Amino acid sequence: MEFSVIVESLKSKFGEAITATETFRGQDIVTVDKESIVQITTFLRDDEELLFDMLIDLTAVDYMGRTPRFTVVYTLYSLKNNRRLRLKAPVAQDVKISTVEQVWKAANWLEREVYDLFGIEFDGHSDLRRILLWDGYEGHPLRKDFPLTGRPQTAVYR
Amino acid sequence: MAETKNMIVNMGPQHPATHGVLRLVLELDGETVVDVIPHLGHLHRGIEKLAEHKTYHQALTLTDRMDYTGALINNLGYCLAVEKLLDIEGEIPDRANVLRVCLSELQRIAGHLLWLATHALDIGAMTMLFYCFREREIIHDLLEEVTGARLTPSFIRVGGLADDINDKFITKTTDFIKKFPSRVDEYELMLTHNPIWRKRINGIGIISQEDCISYAITGPVLRAAGVSYDIRKAQPYSGYESYDFEIPTGTTGDVYDRYTVRLTEMRQSTRIVEQALDRLADGPVMLDDFRYTPPPKEDVYNSIEGLIRHFKLMSAGYKAPEGEVYMSVEGTKGELGYYLVSDGSENPYRFRVRPPCFINLQALKDMSVGHMVADVIAVIGSLDIVLGEIDR
Repeated sequence: MEFSVIVESLKSKFGEAITATETFRGQDIVTVDKESIVQITTFLRDDEELLFDMLIDLTAVDYMGRTPRFTVVYTLYSLKNNRRLRLKAPVAQDVKISTVEQVWKAANWLEREVYDLFGIEFDGHSDLRRILLWDGYEGHPLRKDFPLTGRPQTAVYR
Repeated sequence: MAETKNMIVNMGPQHPATHGVLRLVLELDGETVVDVIPHLGHLHRGIEKLAEHKTYHQALTLTDRMDYTGALINNLGYCLAVEKLLDIEGEIPDRANVLRVCLSELQRIAGHLLWLATHALDIGAMTMLFYCFREREIIHDLLEEVTGARLTPSFIRVGGLADDINDKFITKTTDFIKKFPSRVDEYELMLTHNPIWRKRINGIGIISQEDCISYAITGPVLRAAGVSYDIRKAQPYSGYESYDFEIPTGTTGDVYDRYTVRLTEMRQSTRIVEQALDRLADGPVMLDDFRYTPPPKEDVYNSIEGLIRHFKLMSAGYKAPEGEVYMSVEGTKGELGYYLVSDGSENPYRFRVRPPCFINLQALKDMSVGHMVADVIAVIGSLDIVLGEIDR
């Protein structure tokens, strides 16, 4: 399926919410407004032509110094069309983004990991706890202002 | 009638059947599992953070240390991602591609053998451990001879391979793949029709196709549920499209199906290794691109230009163009993906690994609730998890 077809159907449905599209090294990227992320992902999953039924990966990037600071990245895959698509949703610091847990079950742990390591909160998540670090940990290691070595805080061990 | 209440049992992190440092909190009603809460992170080393502070060349060594049972496949996935970012993916020499396939498939067999050994051991068939490790030793000896290391080779490099193989490797590997199918027959003789084995794993840990897809489960667990998704076929890399092999699938998606799928995969991998050895032609194993790959060793030792080029690449590294790529390979556990974001510097701005074990483990609760405690062990074994990759 051509990328332009996907962009066309997304734009006709969501209009302004699709803020940018890009193809880099043959990989297609759609940047969307974070407010409509649940509607867009639900549409991508359920549309009979597109059918992106797998949320292969969900992660984030910290572009410190840019506004908005973070970008949540969704890597989708369609089994039927054997096609990948990357969705990006910029999120500002201390701003929540809606969870896509109801769209794909895979999002549960992946969003917990992003919350743990980046400190991005997912609105409506059923179980938003740290997953790799322990509960009393302060700070979010994958943020760019988190030091690589040294102790940012005195560790409280359980 | 006396009042009863559920019991909370802590399993792990120092439990031999949790395959590393997985800690589970089980809620039990008698011996029936009511709830499973995994607690991860005991092996978290911050690999993604570390990689952001290394050059593209140095970050390769970190990939070995995630899924240490499939290190060469981890190397391959990372190298493919960097090659895509640098836009040199089409220029990899043929010999390097063939050897990449050959080494990954040997690694896959070794990974599956470790899985079978420990899975059977968990369930109570201790003999399998000795049988599987017999063959696994042979593969590791082969890999050691080529790469110099048994578990953490860092042998597949950006642009090709670190070194060429020697002739001994070809004869020994040919020997091995001739013998290996009969060894798989031996395992089948011991397990496949063994009534105790089948009683323990038939109908346990069933997960439906829909759930698998919603959980984004990949690899043998997904294929056991009947979805024929294998990246080697769906989005081939390193020339996999030109090899003749089949993707085994199951029907019910229980522990037994995962067992048969992996066993068949070992046979298919043997076929691929055989074909790869057949088509191995002479040629370079490393792309010669002054921007990204080190010069041949003769140049480094004998010419000042070679020395400078080597020194610059190894100390300062190379700058990658600005952009972002996602590349995935079929690891031993499922889709192993690398998402790299480059800001145009020598270090990856963001280094993300899509860990198949982490994502597959998420379905553990769905697979275990309603079964006995001993079945949880069987389910964990059938997921084939490696905590080094889950916690990273």
